[in-house]
Amino acid sequence: MHKKMAFSFPDEVLEHVFSFIQSDKDRNAVSMVCKSWYEIERWCRRKVFVGNCYAVSPRMVIRRFPEFRSIELKGKPHFADFNLVPDGWGGYVFPWIAEMAGAYPWLEEIRLKRMVVTDESLELIAKSFKNFKVLVLSSCEGFSTDGLAAIAASCKNLKELDLRDCEVDDLSAHWLSHFPETYTSLVSLNISCLGSDEASFSALERLVRRCTNLKTLRLNRAVPLDKIANILRHAPQLVEFGTGTYTADVRPDVYSDLAGVFSSCKELKSLSGFWDVIPDYLPAIYPVCSKLTSLNLSYATIQSPDLIKLVSHCPNLQRLLVLDYIEDSGLEVLASSCKDLQELRVFPSDPFGAEPNVSLTEQGLVAVSLGCPKLQSVLYFCRRMSNEALVTIARSRPNFTRFRLCIIEPKTADYLTLEPLDVGFGAIVQYCKDLRRLSLSGLLTDRVFEYIGTYAKKLEMLSVAFAGDSDLGLHHVLSGCESLRKLEIRDCPFGDKALLANAAKLETMRSLWMSSCAVSFAACKLLGQKMPRLNVEVIDERGPPDSRPENCPVDKLYIYRSIAGPRFDMPPFVWTMDEDSGLRLS
Amino acid sequence: MSTPLEHDYIGLSETSSVERSSEKIPSSSSPSSSSTHPNEDKTTRTSLNLKETELRLGLPDAIDGPNGKWVFPMHGKSDVELAKGAILAFPRAVLEGKNNLPSMREVGGLPQSPNPVQDKNILVPSSNEHSNPPASKAQVVGWPPIRSFRKNTMASNSEKNGEDAAGCHYVKVSMDGAPYLRKVDLKTYKTYMELSSALEKMFTCFTLGHCSSNGLAVRDGLSESRLMDLLHGSEYVLTYEDKDGDWMLVGDVPWEMFINSCKRLRIVKGSEAIGLAPRAMEKCKNQS
Repeated sequence: MHKKMAFSFPDEVLEHVFSFIQSDKDRNAVSMVCKSWYEIERWCRRKVFVGNCYAVSPRMVIRRFPEFRSIELKGKPHFADFNLVPDGWGGYVFPWIAEMAGAYPWLEEIRLKRMVVTDESLELIAKSFKNFKVLVLSSCEGFSTDGLAAIAASCKNLKELDLRDCEVDDLSAHWLSHFPETYTSLVSLNISCLGSDEASFSALERLVRRCTNLKTLRLNRAVPLDKIANILRHAPQLVEFGTGTYTADVRPDVYSDLAGVFSSCKELKSLSGFWDVIPDYLPAIYPVCSKLTSLNLSYATIQSPDLIKLVSHCPNLQRLLVLDYIEDSGLEVLASSCKDLQELRVFPSDPFGAEPNVSLTEQGLVAVSLGCPKLQSVLYFCRRMSNEALVTIARSRPNFTRFRLCIIEPKTADYLTLEPLDVGFGAIVQYCKDLRRLSLSGLLTDRVFEYIGTYAKKLEMLSVAFAGDSDLGLHHVLSGCESLRKLEIRDCPFGDKALLANAAKLETMRSLWMSSCAVSFAACKLLGQKMPRLNVEVIDERGPPDSRPENCPVDKLYIYRSIAGPRFDMPPFVWTMDEDSGLRLS
Repeated sequence: MSTPLEHDYIGLSETSSVERSSEKIPSSSSPSSSSTHPNEDKTTRTSLNLKETELRLGLPDAIDGPNGKWVFPMHGKSDVELAKGAILAFPRAVLEGKNNLPSMREVGGLPQSPNPVQDKNILVPSSNEHSNPPASKAQVVGWPPIRSFRKNTMASNSEKNGEDAAGCHYVKVSMDGAPYLRKVDLKTYKTYMELSSALEKMFTCFTLGHCSSNGLAVRDGLSESRLMDLLHGSEYVLTYEDKDGDWMLVGDVPWEMFINSCKRLRIVKGSEAIGLAPRAMEKCKNQS
């Protein structure tokens, strides 16, 4: 009966139907219906997403999807952002580029996150893909402006070049001049991460002038304020703009020029940049504030009154990134002015100071949770928290999908009751039924993990630091969180028992990171032996783990499912536990 | 050996930093090390620095060759002890501290990533605003979870304001022949000794194994004799790029001055670094 149904449509019809299905999850589901759907789907999948570049080999991907145009790859684990993954761990993109260069001359889009990209890789991209259109490098490193010059010179159809949060070796600002004078297809350019060396302003201006389809332009700190007017004048069609440094001697002519140019940008919806801001120049952006939906002031070192003034002009704000200079008072104003707010990130201005330097507490977060009915995503750094506040937040804002709270001092208790914050976070997972991402902090016992395991059924990513009492905590999470894909843990007393008892769970997840915990080398070996479809990587810069007793805890552990088997590009301080010897020495 | 105070800033005889790495090391302090170093007093810092660097140039004959130029330590008997345990050496350190320098092998631990569980007092509910936190906290690696770009931006902000930039100061470290760069946070070290020791640990692995920069591993069977050659043979020297873009030898200036002006580090073979020394001397002369 089922066979008949499948063959009742010609392939082309099914292909056409599938073309409306864009998300990978749905595509994957489609491919599992039956063999013929699998076949049809794999020939017409145009976008491939690989969440862990070591879970599968380039050849496997190419074999299965012979005609994709766009690939997204992710490399290092998330904790690499905070320097917990030693340099040289891996995440090299070159092998992928090399394989695709041969197989896919028509590849159009490459999106990479936390990968090591060399100039050689960029040059190979420039040389191999004639219709290359989109290069998005997010939190990548390993390349210089020479590689960018190669891309600029060769990719005639390039539409998007986005280097968000990358570490680039700034050898020369003149790479921009490598875009030929005939090149006009740029739609999106994000160079905000580039160093503060002298930029090639004239090349930039000429580029902006001739690319009339430019919609997104994010400049770097090196671009001074007085150059912005010239650039914007030629791009009034911009939808997203990131300034360079936003400071200059206060001069009325520069100001009015700037204000005039901003007024002519009728499409502007998103602003960012604002390094070194002086408040005097802020009102220049007032003309566009009423249309702004996204504002990134997270580098703007201005105080609460100026932030309040600015925010009050932006009633349509959906996304705000800001420093804690905004203080509780500013967040209260935000709560009353910006009823469309969906995402808020508050970063610390002085995270390493012993004393708080601003009046930003849990009250600010409470105010925004109470006042903004659409708020669903929060990243909040503060120095104190209470269970009462967390319960209020949870009750008033059950629509949270992402909740990341960082109380700066590890193991900080509820400041009112001196108790752990288990109950507060418990409320978050209990009331926010659609919570997909959660980051914990403060004083937490195994209890909070019991809550999480019981209630957080849709949770996909959990970040834990300095929390818990025993293996029971980890066990609650691994056994209870049905949707868990990524778990990252540091400095928690979790050891072998919970890990080994829930070994099978690990195959249902993308990855598990544990550093400075209590997992022994023996347990790692056992896991590696028993679970052939997991790569169990021990990362230890102290030297080979077998030079210490077996029950010694390993420094860092990274476990991920893979059908590609152990990798061969590991540095000397990474060992994969496998089924043969239990240890592969470098 | 009467070591003038000015030479101690290299950290050869500072027991405090050595103790911090929590190993049992024979106490090797000379009387002068226990006092506060004048170069750490901020108010007199600028005036003392030049004086110190000038004095440094007029060293005992062991370092200066006949025409007052840098002479790199030859592998004579007196240096064998040091060279055995260290791949990395500062020219001064070799000659100045051979009597009181603990063998590098004994300095264990990873100064740049202290076990945070040990650092924190787990029994007491952590400090909140009612308690009195210590003025300078032991910094935990990767906490609070803030990206390097943001940390570096904050650091340069506070530099501009003339504050003492708290937080961290990550610089890239490259080594000739190594397949990838490392990053170190200079703020986690207090002395040249700590830095040298940490770098040695990080880069030792490059002399033992090979990896190409594009992730294609080449596992060499390194023979024991070759390893010994590397350790005893070519000497590596640590250099840095300062704010002016010049490459200088590490160890020439007081530690504080060094971390404020260092933009990146590079470990080079000793033979390549000889040309740097005269430049360092010139620079100091020009600044006076």
